[in-house]
Amino acid sequence: MLQYFHKLRRDIGRPSVHYSIGALTLGGFIAGVIFWGGFNTALEATNTEEFCIGCHEHKENVYQEMRDTIHFTNRSGVRATCPDCHVPHDWTEKIARKTAASKDVWGKLFGTINTRDKFNAKRRELAEHEWARLKANDSLECRNCHDFDYMDFTTQSLRASEQHSTSLAAGEKTCIDCHKGIAHNLPDMSGIEGY
Amino acid sequence: MMKQKTNVTAFLVLALSLFLGVATADEIATLRHGTPIDSESDPAAIPQVFDGDIKTKRNYPMQPPLIPHDTRDYDVNLQANKCMSCHARRRTEESQAPMISVTHYMDREGNFLAEISPRRYFCNQCHVNQTMTREVLENDFQDMDELIEERAAKSKDD
Repeated sequence: MLQYFHKLRRDIGRPSVHYSIGALTLGGFIAGVIFWGGFNTALEATNTEEFCIGCHEHKENVYQEMRDTIHFTNRSGVRATCPDCHVPHDWTEKIARKTAASKDVWGKLFGTINTRDKFNAKRRELAEHEWARLKANDSLECRNCHDFDYMDFTTQSLRASEQHSTSLAAGEKTCIDCHKGIAHNLPDMSGIEGY
Repeated sequence: MMKQKTNVTAFLVLALSLFLGVATADEIATLRHGTPIDSESDPAAIPQVFDGDIKTKRNYPMQPPLIPHDTRDYDVNLQANKCMSCHARRRTEESQAPMISVTHYMDREGNFLAEISPRRYFCNQCHVNQTMTREVLENDFQDMDELIEERAAKSKDD
């Protein structure tokens, strides 16, 4: 076994005997395209609602709760899917988020939230993660669709325009500060500012 | 002879009860607007909720004030009470919303509590949105002031 590793190390360090540098470069390039493309395709496949609700934890809890809300059913038929709010669009942040989300696999394997009661017991903790994330990135996922610069205060209700034109405009508050629980049920809110 | 008479009476009673039964069944089925029981009626359009943020007059002093805004997806349950995030006493400075009445901080015995009383927790038991729609039932409610004025006018005439 050890001998095999020594041989491998020696071979990797030696120049190629049989293949031309052109073939190796081109081969490397093509293999690179295939692997890179494959990686991104696989990544995008995990970035769909279908994938998310492939687990019953998501399908029976958060997905069902979302169905009544305005981000799922509304007059114009534009709707948000899970990754629209829960995964950043830019590549670097997306990879960071996906890496963090790999903990979900752990949870799935060990059944951390595999019943409604277990999920509800963890709801506050899970919600706090999302609030912290959106607070830290200034509600980036909200703003991917809701652009402050194009908000028409005249068509908003009085109280909405009042708050958007002051606290939000000044940057004192960000979307998630007021709009918690807009797509899923709220956890126990005791001790949270504004509740 | 006696037997025949009993039969005739029984028949009449049966016919009458059947007739009455049909008549009352027609009256009971008002909510279906005459749609047969084996078919589905077309639901009426869902009216829009008034979202103008303008207070409406109360029709009598004890009337629970109406909600002059949309409350879609507002959680009011064991976990959270979204209404309180603006209307609770300690939130009103920031929100500039009216504070829930002082009676909502009282228990049955009239003792004041720090938080909203559990018996007042579910806002929608008394406070409702308004929709732009026809009245379901005709309403001949008269404002108390009108009644007083009417009576005053009447006693002047006498």
